[in-house]
Amino acid sequence: MPFSSYILLIPLLPLLGFIVLGLFGKKHFNTSAGNIATLFLLISTALSLYAAYQYFFVIGLTDGRYDTIKVFDYSWLVFTENIAINIGFVLDPISVMMLVVVTFVSFIVHLFSLGYMKGEERFATYYAFLQLFTFSMLGLVISTNIFQIYMFWELVGVSSYLLIGYYFQKPSAVAASKKAFIVTRFADLGFLIGILIFAFQGNTLEFDVLIARLTNIQSPEYLSITSAGFMGVSLLTWALTLVFIGGAGKSAMFPLHVWLPDAMEGPTPVSALIHAATMVVAGVYLVARLFPLFQLDVIALNIVTYVGLLSALFAAIIACTQTDIKRVLAYSTMSQIGYMMFALGISGESEEMSLGYTASMFHLFTHAFFKSLLFLGAGAVIHFIHSNEMKDMGGLKKYMPITHFTFLIACLAISGIPPFAGFFSKEEILLAAYQSNKLVYTVALITSGITAFYMFRLYFSIFWNKETQIENHHGEGAWNMKLPLIILGVCSVLVGFIPFSNFVTANGEIFDTSFHILFSITPILFAVAGIIIATWYFRFENECPEKHSKKFGAFFKVAKKKFYIDELYLFITKKILFNLIGRPSAWVDKNVIDAGVIGSARVTGLLSEKIKGVQSGKVQDYTIYFFVGIISLAIVFLYIW
Amino acid sequence: MLNEISITHILFVSTALFFIGVYGLLTRRNLITILMSVELMLNSVNINFVAFNKYLFPEKMDGIFFSIFIIAIAAAEAAVAIAIIINLYRSHQSIDVEDASEMKY
Repeated sequence: MPFSSYILLIPLLPLLGFIVLGLFGKKHFNTSAGNIATLFLLISTALSLYAAYQYFFVIGLTDGRYDTIKVFDYSWLVFTENIAINIGFVLDPISVMMLVVVTFVSFIVHLFSLGYMKGEERFATYYAFLQLFTFSMLGLVISTNIFQIYMFWELVGVSSYLLIGYYFQKPSAVAASKKAFIVTRFADLGFLIGILIFAFQGNTLEFDVLIARLTNIQSPEYLSITSAGFMGVSLLTWALTLVFIGGAGKSAMFPLHVWLPDAMEGPTPVSALIHAATMVVAGVYLVARLFPLFQLDVIALNIVTYVGLLSALFAAIIACTQTDIKRVLAYSTMSQIGYMMFALGISGESEEMSLGYTASMFHLFTHAFFKSLLFLGAGAVIHFIHSNEMKDMGGLKKYMPITHFTFLIACLAISGIPPFAGFFSKEEILLAAYQSNKLVYTVALITSGITAFYMFRLYFSIFWNKETQIENHHGEGAWNMKLPLIILGVCSVLVGFIPFSNFVTANGEIFDTSFHILFSITPILFAVAGIIIATWYFRFENECPEKHSKKFGAFFKVAKKKFYIDELYLFITKKILFNLIGRPSAWVDKNVIDAGVIGSARVTGLLSEKIKGVQSGKVQDYTIYFFVGIISLAIVFLYIW
Repeated sequence: MLNEISITHILFVSTALFFIGVYGLLTRRNLITILMSVELMLNSVNINFVAFNKYLFPEKMDGIFFSIFIIAIAAAEAAVAIAIIINLYRSHQSIDVEDASEMKY
């Protein structure tokens, strides 16, 4: 194996960084923690880029098909002959792609944080958590085993929790971190049940074995999982849906999206890394990893499609009404992940089976760059202006030229304007949708128009609109805050030109995508229309936005309140769950369980009160008992036995 | 002369001595007399050892050794017991077992 010598370092270096900084950071490395962690990530990034080069261009491709290479596989917990939890390292197109994305974005974020988090009291802890997150995310993408992915899945959840709650002095940050953890944990329950069904029916936890068994229609495992059913639906559908619920929780799909906007309480670079580029796409990655199984089942694929589609539209509408710039970005993330999800969902039905899958992965790839750029740009703005609210901003283009320029690139990219990265991936998704499902295509098209609108609303509100007079500002930021923006800006322009279908496809066989210039006219028109409306509203300060939002009246208000999903959940949990389950349980706890325990203690007490006279404290009494005992034992042994 | 006395007689004496000791142990309240009763019980065991050695295994000395051990240990035990009794007297101004009842219940 030409890989094994160095490739294990990619995830292990961040782990080392976490251990060192976590244990000794506060005392010994409080100022140098950032440099150490960034250096580790730089090495990891270089190694994964080299590994990607090796995989895609040197050894991965045989006969027009990318192999799956297991670099490392260690049996960790063996339950039965078939079911074991392995810790492994798999290389296939999507895992290699994710390795590159995760290490690269993480490195950029490490670099950016050097400036952004400078002077924080818990600087070393912050970097330790970032390293933990990077390690967990890398472990997740290289999993060979469905249980391994589950463990790292939880680990990224924990590191996300820690980083959202980084400013733990703020009650809102604490509430947000708890919310994120609880909502994703709730979704992970579904994931776990799905894993158990697969383990029980497929009799293995390994991805490749499971997929090989279940895709073979004659295999006993396939027959048993499709014939067994629950509530009229086959177990295969159940298992896939449950696994998808786990993925939807992590990826903030409707209706489990409520944690993502609140997660913006964390430091902005963290939002860029975890809540935009890497962790939230874990759900998409999971569906992609199990894609051959999803292809077997139309119902599960439809669920993926429509949940993704609904999330995309729903989040885009909410994003138009929010005023906190990070929240706008959070909803836009949710919307874009919705795109990736439904692209996977329609991929099973379309004629060119693989196109949606490739498009989804492509969008994941490009989105990681332009969305982390948007977040880091927003971070730079927040750093500059010390506020998250749009109303405090405006006219910033002359104060922060580099941020302004790169932010514009990212906005154009996410809106799907050629030749920026988002255009290519989005066009591919729309094409796949057009070929398979016209309804999906229509909604996606409208969503892309709305996307362009709210992104440029954000852009104009920050950098144009009214003139804000700012005195005594500390400048745009140090080089280590500008450089990441420039790198990501360059990437957001260039990565779209990668011929993605030559690298990542559903079954590993590569194909060429032709570029449909006529087809892409409509999406571009929609995007341009969105941008023009946004320009009209927000280029200069005027009364139009307010007047027109009044016209929408109730709808605008409902959208601004995020369609009352949070309130609905609070109603369900507080009113229904707490009153119907919580209170009776509390009653049972108090009056049955506690009463039983206290009662038994009381009985023991009363009994001992009665017999404590035996312990008279007189030695001679004890001697009598002793002799009586001896004599009775003697009688028993001599006469009775 | 010893040959005319059968082992039963000697065992009878030692048993009687033992139960006199037990009786004293159970009924007396004075610690000194309780200690004396314990010595009686020990000595009855000594008699047993010597008697069994003499009558059953005359060619061996084990029983005699044991009784010498027991005498030595009884001496040590008496010293310890009297030290305890003196301590008790100092703290309670009495050597009656019924007066030392703080630890009951």
